[in-house]
Amino acid sequence: MNKTENQRAWFFVAPVLVLVAFNALIPLMTVVNYSVQETFGNNVFFWQGVGWFEQLLHSERFQAALGRQIVFTAIILAIEIPLGVAIALTMPRKGPWVSVCLVLMALPLLIPWNVVGAMWNIFALPEIGLLGRAINALGIDYNMTQQPLAAWFTTILMDVWHWTSLVVLLAYAGLISIPDAYYQAAEIDGARPWAVFRYIQLPKMKQVLTIAILLRFIDSFMIYTEPFVLTGGGPGNATTFLSIDLVKVALGQFDLGPAAAMSLIYFIMTLLASWVFYTVMTKNDAR
Amino acid sequence: MAKIGLRKLRHSYLTNPTVDADWAVKEIDIDWSDGGAYALLGPSGCGKTTLLNIISGLLTPSEGRILFDERDVTALAPVERNIAQVFQFPVIYDTMTVYDNLAFPLRNRGVDKARVDRRVREIATLLELDDMLSRRAAGLTADGKQKISMGRGLVRDDVNVMMFDEPLTVIDPHLKWKLRSKLKELHQRVRATMIYVTHDQTEALTFADQVVVMREGEVVQIGTPVELFERPAHTFVGHFIGSPGMNVLPCRIRDGGAFVDDCHVPLVEKLVSQDVAGQLELGVRPEFVRFVDDGVPAQVVRIADTGRHRVVETRAGGARVFVLCGDDEVIPEGATHLAFDPAHTGIYADSWLIGGGGPAQ
Amino acid sequence: MTLELKNVAKRVGTDTHIFATNLTLATKGFNILLGATNAGKTTLIKLMTGLERPTSGEIWFDGKNVTGVSAQRRNVSLVHQFFVNYPNMSVYENIASPLRVARIRGPEIERRVGETAELLRLTPMLRRRPSELSGGQQQRTALARAIVKDSALVLLDEPLANLDYKLREELRDELPRLFEDRGTIVVYATSEPSEALLLGGHTATLHEGRITQFGATAAAYRAPPDLATARVFSDPPINAAAVVKQGGEVALNADVRWPAVGAIANAPDGEYTVGVRPHFVAPAQQSESAVGLDGRVLVTELSGSESVAHFELGDQTWVAQSHGVQAYEIGEMHRFFVDVSRCLYFGADGALVTAAAA
Repeated sequence: MNKTENQRAWFFVAPVLVLVAFNALIPLMTVVNYSVQETFGNNVFFWQGVGWFEQLLHSERFQAALGRQIVFTAIILAIEIPLGVAIALTMPRKGPWVSVCLVLMALPLLIPWNVVGAMWNIFALPEIGLLGRAINALGIDYNMTQQPLAAWFTTILMDVWHWTSLVVLLAYAGLISIPDAYYQAAEIDGARPWAVFRYIQLPKMKQVLTIAILLRFIDSFMIYTEPFVLTGGGPGNATTFLSIDLVKVALGQFDLGPAAAMSLIYFIMTLLASWVFYTVMTKNDAR
Repeated sequence: MAKIGLRKLRHSYLTNPTVDADWAVKEIDIDWSDGGAYALLGPSGCGKTTLLNIISGLLTPSEGRILFDERDVTALAPVERNIAQVFQFPVIYDTMTVYDNLAFPLRNRGVDKARVDRRVREIATLLELDDMLSRRAAGLTADGKQKISMGRGLVRDDVNVMMFDEPLTVIDPHLKWKLRSKLKELHQRVRATMIYVTHDQTEALTFADQVVVMREGEVVQIGTPVELFERPAHTFVGHFIGSPGMNVLPCRIRDGGAFVDDCHVPLVEKLVSQDVAGQLELGVRPEFVRFVDDGVPAQVVRIADTGRHRVVETRAGGARVFVLCGDDEVIPEGATHLAFDPAHTGIYADSWLIGGGGPAQ
Repeated sequence: MTLELKNVAKRVGTDTHIFATNLTLATKGFNILLGATNAGKTTLIKLMTGLERPTSGEIWFDGKNVTGVSAQRRNVSLVHQFFVNYPNMSVYENIASPLRVARIRGPEIERRVGETAELLRLTPMLRRRPSELSGGQQQRTALARAIVKDSALVLLDEPLANLDYKLREELRDELPRLFEDRGTIVVYATSEPSEALLLGGHTATLHEGRITQFGATAAAYRAPPDLATARVFSDPPINAAAVVKQGGEVALNADVRWPAVGAIANAPDGEYTVGVRPHFVAPAQQSESAVGLDGRVLVTELSGSESVAHFELGDQTWVAQSHGVQAYEIGEMHRFFVDVSRCLYFGADGALVTAAAA
């Protein structure tokens, strides 16, 4: 009796295992395979060992792209998380406006990445774009196709516009789960709004914020489509983030070995950083 | 501490209450003296929590006034009323230590450090939380957390009234009596005005000097535990307090006496039948019913042995009548007769006591 | 029809939740599992439903070994402490759901749901959603789902714990009637001794993963096999104190002694533990043979018709329970009277001293 049941359980799990294998493991192994070999085409491979990895880690181009990537991710996290929390705090908790706010917040999330890029590209053009013309009208010389600073500014603005909503929705979900009694107790204890935020709202939002930070970190660290459409990584290499650089190496130059090595390093970095984030943020939960 | 007065208080959650049922609290006038222990007792939905929130200021009443020491506080916010409240589910500040939790209300009010420290340690000793002061509050058990909630009210010495909203709901049954008695002890030590809301008769009667029994937004009786038990003013009070509750049988009044099933039931006082209108009922607690050879005819239906006494269910006068019997008493089988202790038999008209009943206080 | 546990044990990792247990439950009256939180009541119920499998031992139902059979394939119903209903279905659909799962047809469903609703006084609420009902009605709906199925085994896991006490009283009164003559085995878990006594039937007391006693409820209450069981089956807690038996007398301390009557009379001299249920400690003298104890009143509790006093006696705390509303002053000295003919005595190993053993 025991055995039949156990076997049936495996039967149900099997499709998932197969899916995971095709989805993740097999492509990953292919990448590992490429990363330790050199090819000149025609399916002829030469053993390369860790050569590509060494070369890559010492390459200034890779280091620069990584640097840009880290700065970008840090900036958007520093803006989107506090901004998202702030917006969530101002949203109504009950009444007819709740659904209106939620729909408004969800809108940017429903637009495909490449459309967002294209939208902002046009929006920011100094000659015809509303944003571009407005900024120039203020007397600021702004042209994101030529000025690295302007390109960065536009890219970050676009990302904030696109993704802050996600943080808002998650933070809002955390906020509305706080029972009224907490606010009433705080009111009776004479707590100021800041203390209410610091000691009730923030601790109660911690779990959802952990998820928000993690999601925004992973997403922004791997960002590709939007900056690719918006700036194409330019001007020069000013907005060439890791994934854009990776595609340039892999498809532009067809250096499969280095590209594979880069993918792996990229993957491990993302995984490691996510793990560190997660452990640090959930460290205090147990007692 | 303050004495509390409620004047013609009414509240409805609707903007335009029309019928009686729209009112969550129907016209209430109560005076509570300084330093007393009071309880609001009633089933869920009777309006007791609404009333509590009106007193604490979390809710503004539709009509009427609330007085603290004759000062009208109806328009004041909770923080301006200087009250403390313990909620059904423990509210603690998760990220703080027990010490910081207790210090929080004082720090918010800008009390100096040395004084905060002295008060927190005093209260921690009172609540037996001394050795947990440096622990994170989130790690405590439910009763520990609930003690912290109480402590946050007790640290302030300017509190006008302390309120409890079913504070023992989440406490393990085996620890309940400890906390129940702790509360009583606390009241005797600090002598603050305290109001305790509950649906549990044991909690209410144990804690309070005076209990307000509520039903459907109305106060049905205000009295000491003894009064509520011996002389319920309304059949609901008789039913709600005591287990099993008071037996209620339809009856008639004739020649100044009460009759159940055409059988005369002696009472301590004579009733004049002309004064009596409405639906008449006789109320007597199971404690005061005995089996006799001659009396109200009854039929024994079931016997439940509760170990320390036996609860006998009978049918008499068209109603279910419970009889409480001691361990050694002989319980008749089948058809029998019942006698009611005249000193504890009350007559109710439209559910309100009009005569008889226990000794008037 | 019976449910039989044969040497059933449950371990999780290195923790033993249920020690090897033998138990036979029948259809007559409720089978009550009485124990404190974490005594193993819920684990035992899960084992009986098939939601969990025993680490060792076998479960037999109606003469068949059902040890590995999953809960879905056993004809069982479970009602939880929390009101579990489908929130998006009407009360009618909620009650009908187990029948639909069992592929029972239209008119039959209508008839059985109607009958069950009538039984549980839910007929006026059939069109409503569970969220529009009171707690008592929600729990009645959950009970109706369990009853409509006509399960051979119904398990009720503290079904009244989350209700107001008056509602609890009402349902406690109704429940045994509902299952009367249905030929169903009913298992009822509770942590309250008074609830077990009011429900009657048979009671199994659980203490730290072991069933320490099983028998007719009132009889079991009167003859606990050991002190631990007496503690589980006593609310307020049973008074227990060390006594010395010498000759024909039992001594609590230098001042308080009483004649050794009952089972202790023939027991050898030595040290024992006396167990006195709180209602045998009275605030006034009831009989000539009662022994007086002078205690300082610590705490009093009132429950409508009963008064409980906790008092200090030397370094011990005793509890007295009496009828009516007693006026104790906190801190006062009060003389309490112990009915010595009702005392239970336990030997050094904790076992009850019985007349037979002596």
